[in-house]
Amino acid sequence: MTMALLEIKNLHAKVEEKEILQGINLTVNAGEVHAIMGPNGSGKSTLANVLAGRENYEVTSGEVLYEGKNLLEMDIEDRARAGVFLAFQYPIEIPGVSNAHFLKTALNGVRKYRGLEELDAMDFLTLVKEKMKLLQMDPTFLNRGVNEGFSGGEKKRNDILQMAMLDPKLGILDETDSGLDIDSLRIVAEGVNALRNPNRAFVLVTHYQRLLDYIVPDFVHVLSGGKIIASGDKELAVHLEERGYGWVIEGGAKAVGA
Amino acid sequence: MSAPNKALEELTGQDYKYGFVTDVEEDRIPKGLNEDIVRMISAKKNEPEFMLEWRLRAFRHWLTMKEPTWQAVKYPPINYQDLYYYSAPKKKVKLNSLDEVDPEVLATFNKLGISLAEQERLTGVAVDAVFDSVSVGTTFKAKLKELGIIFCSFSEAVQEHPDLIKKYLGSVVPYSDNYYATLNSAVFSDGSFVYIPKGVRSPMELSTYFRINASETGQFERTLIIADEGAYVSYLEGCTAPMRDENQLHAAVVELVALDNASIKYSTVQNWYPGDKEGKGGIYNFVTKRGKCAGKKSKISWKYPSCILQGDDSVGEFYSVAVTNNYQQADTGTKMIHIGKNTRSTIVSKGISAGHGQNTYRGLVKINKGASGARNYSQCDSLLMGDKCGAHTFPYIEVKNSSAQMEHEATTSKIGEDQLFYCKQRGINAEDAVNMIVNGFCKQVFKELPMEFAVEAQKLLSVSLEGSVG
Ligand SMILES: Nc1ncnc2c1ncn2[C@@H]1O[C@H](COP(=O)(O)OP(=O)(O)O)[C@@H](O)[C@H]1O
Ligand SMILES: [Mg+2]
Repeated sequence: MTMALLEIKNLHAKVEEKEILQGINLTVNAGEVHAIMGPNGSGKSTLANVLAGRENYEVTSGEVLYEGKNLLEMDIEDRARAGVFLAFQYPIEIPGVSNAHFLKTALNGVRKYRGLEELDAMDFLTLVKEKMKLLQMDPTFLNRGVNEGFSGGEKKRNDILQMAMLDPKLGILDETDSGLDIDSLRIVAEGVNALRNPNRAFVLVTHYQRLLDYIVPDFVHVLSGGKIIASGDKELAVHLEERGYGWVIEGGAKAVGA
Repeated sequence: MSAPNKALEELTGQDYKYGFVTDVEEDRIPKGLNEDIVRMISAKKNEPEFMLEWRLRAFRHWLTMKEPTWQAVKYPPINYQDLYYYSAPKKKVKLNSLDEVDPEVLATFNKLGISLAEQERLTGVAVDAVFDSVSVGTTFKAKLKELGIIFCSFSEAVQEHPDLIKKYLGSVVPYSDNYYATLNSAVFSDGSFVYIPKGVRSPMELSTYFRINASETGQFERTLIIADEGAYVSYLEGCTAPMRDENQLHAAVVELVALDNASIKYSTVQNWYPGDKEGKGGIYNFVTKRGKCAGKKSKISWKYPSCILQGDDSVGEFYSVAVTNNYQQADTGTKMIHIGKNTRSTIVSKGISAGHGQNTYRGLVKINKGASGARNYSQCDSLLMGDKCGAHTFPYIEVKNSSAQMEHEATTSKIGEDQLFYCKQRGINAEDAVNMIVNGFCKQVFKELPMEFAVEAQKLLSVSLEGSVG
């Protein structure tokens, strides 16, 4: 058997002295798409942030292996360079720093780590323009400040553009669908689908079935109270949409054999 | 302390890169300040009688003045009798080329990355370097001379162009203006002088670097720039001070005069030693810089201090970046005084505070009664790095003409843990991320700087984040 891409074992974490994650177990293999659903405040973003290495989130017990290595010991930027990408629930603005400059710095940091040659301006522009076309983004976005004055939907699309450029192995998308209109949702989903391949996995955090109509997951998990309380295939998401989270929390999910 | 703040602290807490002392024999006059000292300074410089009289008038006036206490800056009292008011490198003789400059002095400039030879050859900038109190090298003089442009040390101008000095010295900042300007008027040692004749555009950027070197030496620079009718000049002043244990005093005066349709662009990059991490050392910097758009449609744009918009349709612009680090306290600001009709002014000020630094910005915009149709736009932004520093903004607005239009915006932001995290999550290391964020913050100002200096300002800024800047 080949090694799992990501293996989370009994993960406990707290924020500001508050226990949020209370024993997460999850295995993600290359090529798979996992959806994580669950009520507000259940710890979905916390899990995403802990995997990315954000400060202020303290792991109190448990283990996370990424390609067999201890992920929790790695610096934030090294996790990113090793292929862990987080699309933010709320992408951050960096005024005055052009998108192009930001992306090129990021890309070359990542490429250097992976033993690839750094791209010069011309090659970079060719590549980024190709990816922007795919996401139907206007090239003028390259000259604007990173997310500066972008609409909610534009910010999300910009995050997916970064993901397409940085070529990660594990894409964690935290509510990328929220704040998107139908057309944008479709474009973003197509962008993600285009990135699906046997060597890459995705963890999609979402509230809605809607996204999963476009990006069809292999597994669906329900996170509640800091634990995964139910797992199943894409049908679980359909049932959740119909009956709400209360139904799983009270034990109903077992009835559909999830 | 949280982890991101620790990262910021590590980045900003490194030692001052430019702290070293040059070993040059100095020619000093005794410590202290009295009429004899003022006479001695004037005599050393072989000045004409009118200069000595002007200095003495200033000195006598200074004795009647009280040291101001209005700044938000706290510092122990300065003992003015315990300072030297004049020092010059002793080996100084008349120099014809860089080869004749004291090698120690050149080495100092080289350490700062300001090799005159390089500057001269690569950038096409005429640099008048001020080492302590006396100019040691001036370049491109011949080329400028062809156009009738005068760019020389202040002392030289006093000898060679006394009429211009007599006419314009004190015309923008009178000797009685304020405590530090008056002190400067009495004891100033040297500085730069620029005169651009009618209708001439200076073909190159003019630039001066200042550096405080002699221990316990007050540094009293004086700069006078005159753009005659229709003339244009862009001028950059840069400052870097070496590391010292004792606090040092700096009281500079800059006067800019723009006549009808003339335009002066004045930029500074200041890199003062901010004291060490315990707050010891550092430099007292009291500066009076003022421009006067004396003529119609004249324009002055600059970093720091005030602009008197006297001529109708004249324009004043002010772009500034101020950085405080360690225990440094900065109290800077600008004044725009609208006197003429349809005068316009723009103020863009960016303050960056790191470590325990405190950055205070004051902006005064005054629209006089006769200034109908005057307009001002002010924008003051502060960036805090870490949670022990502070930023304070005080806008003062005085409008005496109802047709004036005023706009003011102010923001304070923190280099957020979230911004840093975002950059790192994209594979960018902490140091690059901080430089990127800060440069982005200052972009609006940097894009106003001449190209070479914009690059230099960015370089200085990143040094400041490693070590310090002021
Ligand atoms: N930085 C923080 N400080 C304090 N509480 C936090 C912080 N981040 C998250 N929490 C709390 O942790 C819980 C889980 O939050 P989160 O992971 O964002 O939930 P979800 O993404 O599932 O909606 C919530 O109760 C939230 O208020
Ligand atoms: Mg969330």
